[in-house]
Amino acid sequence: MSVLKLDNIWKRFGDVEVLKGVDLTLEEHDVVVLIGASGSGKSTLLRTINLIEQVDDGQVILSGDDITDPQTDVDKARARIGVVFQQFNLFPHMKVIDNVTLAARRVHKWPAAKARAKGTALLEKFGLGDKVNEYSDRLSGGQQQRVAIVRAIMTDPELLLLDEITSALDPMLVGEVLDLVRDLKDGGSTMLIATHEMSFAKSVADRIVFMHGGRILETGTPEQLFNDPQRPETREFLARLTQR
Amino acid sequence: MSWAPSELEVHRREYRRRASGRSVIIALFSTLLFVGVIAVVVVNTPGWESVKTTFFNTEVAADSFPAVLKGLWLNLRVLFFASIGVAVLGTLLAVMRSLRGPVFFPLRAIATIYTDLFRGVPVLIVLFLVGFGIPALEIFPRLPAGVWGTIAITLCYSAYVAEVLRAGMEAVHPSQRIASRSLGLSHSETLRIVVIPQGLRKVIPALMNDFVSMQKDVGLISVLGAVDAIRAAQIEVAVAYNFTPYVVAALLFVALSFPMIRLTDYVSARMARREQSGGTV
Repeated sequence: MSVLKLDNIWKRFGDVEVLKGVDLTLEEHDVVVLIGASGSGKSTLLRTINLIEQVDDGQVILSGDDITDPQTDVDKARARIGVVFQQFNLFPHMKVIDNVTLAARRVHKWPAAKARAKGTALLEKFGLGDKVNEYSDRLSGGQQQRVAIVRAIMTDPELLLLDEITSALDPMLVGEVLDLVRDLKDGGSTMLIATHEMSFAKSVADRIVFMHGGRILETGTPEQLFNDPQRPETREFLARLTQR
Repeated sequence: MSWAPSELEVHRREYRRRASGRSVIIALFSTLLFVGVIAVVVVNTPGWESVKTTFFNTEVAADSFPAVLKGLWLNLRVLFFASIGVAVLGTLLAVMRSLRGPVFFPLRAIATIYTDLFRGVPVLIVLFLVGFGIPALEIFPRLPAGVWGTIAITLCYSAYVAEVLRAGMEAVHPSQRIASRSLGLSHSETLRIVVIPQGLRKVIPALMNDFVSMQKDVGLISVLGAVDAIRAAQIEVAVAYNFTPYVVAALLFVALSFPMIRLTDYVSARMARREQSGGTV
């Protein structure tokens, strides 16, 4: 069974149609990278999947459950999906460990000791062992984003959504975050990633999806899409990136 | 090798030191001049002598002090219970106003009407309505005027505090709610665990300011006949045929609020420093 199946997703903000019938399927362990210009609908697509935006038409099916059904418990559905944001969005009034264990304790009802043990272990695994009891705003951007990733994977979600997670980072700090994402891929996580980092997209993606004007125009392996793009829009987008 | 300030830096520090010394002298001089002028003007007014004996009579002050201080004890108790009441009711109203969804429309509407109403009606009128109106219903046992006063003050200040709290909650960036909901936390958990703790921190100076303002407004319960500091002073005024007890009461209220005023300033300054750490503007 597919982890994620998007069937004909439409989304409109006022008169602007942001998503115009998007279909996409992710099998278990798939890493799919969305590329495309700003405004092509990548972020909105991710936001419809974890129900932050309500779709205007179509279905989001998570491991066989239609979570766009109005009878869905949205909190339960969201708890099955891990999300990492461009601006980290850590809770500044909580320590790193409390940020990381919040959902485990409150939503998944783990005992505090179990949550703390797993949170500490994950933080240590990703080189954040000395930050466990720090407040998040004392950390560098790269460290904050790594904490945010640990927060998202803490309860082993079925699907991870990463929304331009390196766009707010200093170039020096991008590497440490992307290395962590590669670790997650090696660990078998199913991920849908929106990014502007093409070299990262190439190295981590099983499939690249090119979005343009709210539609998926082209899909392929990194080799196919970067070396032999079929659509003029894809060629133009890639040409502009390499010009820089 | 250790760092020693360069000659340029030494000169700059020397200049800043001289400049700040000059500022202190100017400030001191202008303050003395200002106070001096006011004192000379007041003392030379034609009625100063009679004002001095009717408002600043040390003998009357000493005689009335124990009674006024005893009255202030009632104000303090009212303040204590009203603060607890305001904290509970204010938070409740703020949360009611921030509820989403059509189901909660009645709660939202009630909270909105409440805050609009009680911020509009003068405190004195609320005191009269609660203090004389509710006992007249004859469904409650006879309660001291101080109790009705506490209720009235709580009703008024809850409306202000609710608005301050709501402003603080709305000042928390929406991305914090999104992050919390994305983890699967419900709306109410998000409010309780993510939004309120952060919002509260943003409005602490404003809340402390409301508290300072409440410290003196508890004196208004005297209109209900409760013998608080103001009422006690009024009685002493009638006995001595001299206004000095009012000044005594005023000084006591100032003494009561002074620590909180200073603390508010300190907390505000510290928060401002924290927000713009590193900047000099």
